[in-house]
Amino acid sequence: MLETFAALAEPNRLRIVELLRAGPASVNDIGGRLQLNQPQVSKHLRVLKESGLVDVEPRAQQRLYELRAQPLRAMHEWLERYRQLWDARFEALDHVIEDLKRSESGRGKRKARARR
Amino acid sequence: MNQTTMELKGDREIVIERTFNGPAHIVFDAWTRPELVARWWAPEGRATMVSCEADVRVGGRYRYHLRHAHGDFAFAGEYLEVTPPSRVVYTEIYEPTASGTKPGDVAITVTVTFSERGGQTHVVSHSQCPTPQVRDAIIASGMEAGMRETMDQLEMLVESLASA
Repeated sequence: MLETFAALAEPNRLRIVELLRAGPASVNDIGGRLQLNQPQVSKHLRVLKESGLVDVEPRAQQRLYELRAQPLRAMHEWLERYRQLWDARFEALDHVIEDLKRSESGRGKRKARARR
Repeated sequence: MNQTTMELKGDREIVIERTFNGPAHIVFDAWTRPELVARWWAPEGRATMVSCEADVRVGGRYRYHLRHAHGDFAFAGEYLEVTPPSRVVYTEIYEPTASGTKPGDVAITVTVTFSERGGQTHVVSHSQCPTPQVRDAIIASGMEAGMRETMDQLEMLVESLASA
């Protein structure tokens, strides 16, 4: 998982991944759309390929890079579990807060009665 | 229903946010006072709280000791800043077997802010990890808890099928 994170932590690589969501693209397409030069794009694509996030597919005269959904799905699932852990905690915290609010307003009423 | 959101920033931060239906002083108490933490920190069905201690002042320490079906674990640390009802900063060390913290244990720093608006309180919990590996391990601990829960449910299902 660390590899997927590391690959996506670099802003230009994240932009490339976002671009590839629309469909496969060549190094030149990517460079043109993101205003990056060809060696930069190639370097980023190499990292993305090593982390399993993209695959290369030869088509006609060019090599097209496409996104692989599996590592992204795995990462999402992994994060979602952690979020759900907190979500479960927070639901229990909601009940604690409701109890505290009730006992506070109870005290307030008692004070008001005592003043009368 | 208030939504829990989670975001990763850079390669070593985790940000969790949620809005609660209550004023900040109540949410702050529920977040920090040990007898109240004991009621929500261990998620129902996944773990129970064995003991929950906290000396909520700068330099004070806390320790939450939990138990699930496969053993004990704990979270412990020290308060770096305590500003009720708006902000609390503490270190957090995860003890996978609840065996106590040791010198050299890796601590993360957690900053929690409470912003009240119209009777509701927006809470942002910001965890700063010393390395990307530590952040991964923390997120993986949630994964582990979730998987264990799923496995327990599976075991129950298998048992009920076997006894049918």
